[in-house]
Amino acid sequence: MAHEATHDLHDDHHEPQGFFQRWVMSTNHKDIGTLYLIFSLTMFFIGGSFAMVIRAELFKPGLQLVQPYFFNEMTTMHALVMIFGAIMPAFVGLGNWMIPLMIGAPDMALPRMNNLSFWILPFAFALLLSTLFLPGGGPAGGWTMYGGYIVQPPAGPPLSLQTGSLAYAVFAIHLMGISSIMGAINIIATILNMRAPGMDLLKMPVFVWSWLITAFLLIAVMPVLAGAVTMLLTDKYFGTSFFNPHGGGDPVLYQHVFWFFGHPEVYIMILPAFGIVSEVIPTFARKPIFGYRAMVYAIACIAFLSFIVWAHHMFAVGLPLGADIFFMYATMLIAVPTGVKVFNWVATMWGGSMTFETPMLFAIAFVILFTIGGFSGLMLALVPADFQYHDTYFVVAHFHYVLVTGAAFAIMAATYYWLPKWTGHMYNEFWGKVHFWCSVVFVNVLFFPQHFLGLAGMPRRIPDYNVAFADFNMMSSIGGFLFGASQLIFLGVIVHCAFFSKKKATDRVWEGARGLEWTLSSPPPHHSFTVPPVVRDEELAHGHADD
Amino acid sequence: MTSGSIRTNRAGPHGDRIRPGHRRTTGIRRAVAASSALVLALAAGLAQAAPKPWQLNMERGVTTWSGEPYFLNNVALGVCVVIGLLVFGAMFIAMFRFRKSRGAVAEKWAHNTTVEIIWTAIPVVILVVLAWMSTGGLVSFANTTGSQMTVKVTGYQWKWRYDYVDYQGKAVSKVGYMSKLDALSDKTRQLDSGMDPYAVKTGDENTYLLDVDKPLVLPIHTKIRFVITSDDVIHSWWVPAFGWKMDAIPGLVNTAWTNINEAGTYRGQCAELCGQDHGFMPIVVKAVSQEDFAKWLAAQEQASAAPAAADGPATAQVAPPAPGGKG
Repeated sequence: MAHEATHDLHDDHHEPQGFFQRWVMSTNHKDIGTLYLIFSLTMFFIGGSFAMVIRAELFKPGLQLVQPYFFNEMTTMHALVMIFGAIMPAFVGLGNWMIPLMIGAPDMALPRMNNLSFWILPFAFALLLSTLFLPGGGPAGGWTMYGGYIVQPPAGPPLSLQTGSLAYAVFAIHLMGISSIMGAINIIATILNMRAPGMDLLKMPVFVWSWLITAFLLIAVMPVLAGAVTMLLTDKYFGTSFFNPHGGGDPVLYQHVFWFFGHPEVYIMILPAFGIVSEVIPTFARKPIFGYRAMVYAIACIAFLSFIVWAHHMFAVGLPLGADIFFMYATMLIAVPTGVKVFNWVATMWGGSMTFETPMLFAIAFVILFTIGGFSGLMLALVPADFQYHDTYFVVAHFHYVLVTGAAFAIMAATYYWLPKWTGHMYNEFWGKVHFWCSVVFVNVLFFPQHFLGLAGMPRRIPDYNVAFADFNMMSSIGGFLFGASQLIFLGVIVHCAFFSKKKATDRVWEGARGLEWTLSSPPPHHSFTVPPVVRDEELAHGHADD
Repeated sequence: MTSGSIRTNRAGPHGDRIRPGHRRTTGIRRAVAASSALVLALAAGLAQAAPKPWQLNMERGVTTWSGEPYFLNNVALGVCVVIGLLVFGAMFIAMFRFRKSRGAVAEKWAHNTTVEIIWTAIPVVILVVLAWMSTGGLVSFANTTGSQMTVKVTGYQWKWRYDYVDYQGKAVSKVGYMSKLDALSDKTRQLDSGMDPYAVKTGDENTYLLDVDKPLVLPIHTKIRFVITSDDVIHSWWVPAFGWKMDAIPGLVNTAWTNINEAGTYRGQCAELCGQDHGFMPIVVKAVSQEDFAKWLAAQEQASAAPAAADGPATAQVAPPAPGGKG
């Protein structure tokens, strides 16, 4: 078979490779996964530094540090960098590393495309971040880039400032989209074609399932985003009027198209997190995941619903009554499968034999804090209440609970969970726990008060505010600085584990770990599962397949 | 319908009793101080709706409709708190009881159809109730018929324009004006102005970034229809005391309505990112009795009819210029 041929070829690569050849020309899923994860961590700190600027300016009333326009650049770039640079590549990196190991495949199905889909990203972000150094500054219309803001007649200095950065941002988004689509194709091809014999679809780990579904979401919606921003671009530079009201276009159309991408995008950032937590909790509860099939179906159900709820981001645009009602009901429905997942995680813990290493701590914090984000999501779904919440700090609190304590915490759980497998060494458990406790305390100091600010009437995306909002903003900023500083501990733990840790990791690493990845050595050989493994049902994380 | 029960609900002026637990102790003294100040203001007979320090919950609002979001907010919050207590409670019990360090041995089961059906069905029932309650409020909000007055609101970067279209069935002739951030706030908010935001006051109330040169004047006990649009980019017109916000979109006209119950001054802000000064285009509504409003409107019409007369003196009759007017 073809695998045999490539196998021999790959063996040649075990000759000493140069740094350049190893890392830049790699077609190895582990190396590319590592590259993705390093890239993502870098972007996490860059995006985080933008957040520090935002929180510093909001520390007290009055403008002390930056001009309002620059503040808007920071909110815009923070979102773009964190979404497209930190969270999504982290999940792709985890998928690259773990999916072949979890399904017993020798590599990703399309290794060269894998290399390409990673190496597009640094260029895309160089393009995006370079806008900060343009004469007119970077994009400042928010990450949603609402057409009404960017597409406007050139009138006065602040508007013409927008000119240059839009093109850069749009091309950067095109590149990110191409990268994501290629990554998604690769993951689908790998999962559907390269599972070891006996690894039936309904025996796959939940993480693999979550990525399979996420990959379909990516392929479905990234082209929609590309189309939306391309129309913005032609409106701006080629005189079209897709969204430009001065030529008869409709700014609300942009919002519809954007959020048709945007809402599935939100789930692209959370479904793999569900997968991670569904791996971590059974391991440390030493008990199979409760309701494996329900978990898989719930993910599929959430993914389907994500396509029919987009206008809940637009309840204030003046939708017709019927649309308001439809999108409200559809949005509320999401609470059902999401609730099932949360209940199943709790039921997995119930009756287990739990220990609380760092990955488990992050996974438990994920379940609690993501659920709080889900609660505020349910409140936001109720349209009359949303008329008040919409575009306030209540929304900011909501999506940071689902994206920071949701997606980012899951990524941290995954990092601690698999780091010993990747490096062959144990991380320092004490400092991992310090990182966890600092993060979980400060993230709540950072984001919980923002609920109150929103309810009291503070709009989002404002650089300055009335003194009534001062106390909670100061609290939030202090939490923000400390949460930001805590992430340096994370960096320290990772660097220590990768380069300095003396403590060897065992193959299984965690006592309760189940699944094919733990049958390999730590670190796994450069080329693993060159011979397909034998899959034994009792070795799988969710026990027997008929559960 | 619900409005009766809402009024009795109004335990505190900003209802912070509803919000449980979190971080209340730190703010409790100032919250009490703020509440008592507000009670005094209410006793003086003039409602003032502006955010309060340490405010924890949404305000009830002052219109016939504004109780809907407030009521829904409180119900949904209550539901979430109860579910949260149950779920997190179960988690903490599990974390305590089923620890390996306490000698817990893992069970083998991983499935229970009955339980799974129950915890799928119960949320469905709760959601149906919430959906039913929201739908009522939504339908009443969508009904702008029977309005006694129409005001056109136009968003600009970065100010609002108000045009009075008709009142009590009669067209209003040429009453309209721009409304923008007051001069003192504007001066104070400049980077490195060296001025203290805490010093920007109207009476005893801090109005930093929440005051305008010319407020929108509206009558109470009148169903007022707003037609809302924009001249440049998308803005959003939001007065929290009215219970809703509505986007001002270029090329489109949105409608909304309100019926204010109490005279007073109500403050809000633009709620859609609209460029660099998005944070500096507040909204102030001054709600007055119908008699006062009729007088004010007549004076405005007269002033705009007299060709030479600027609208300056006319507005001064009812809407005095913001303090510290000269910038």
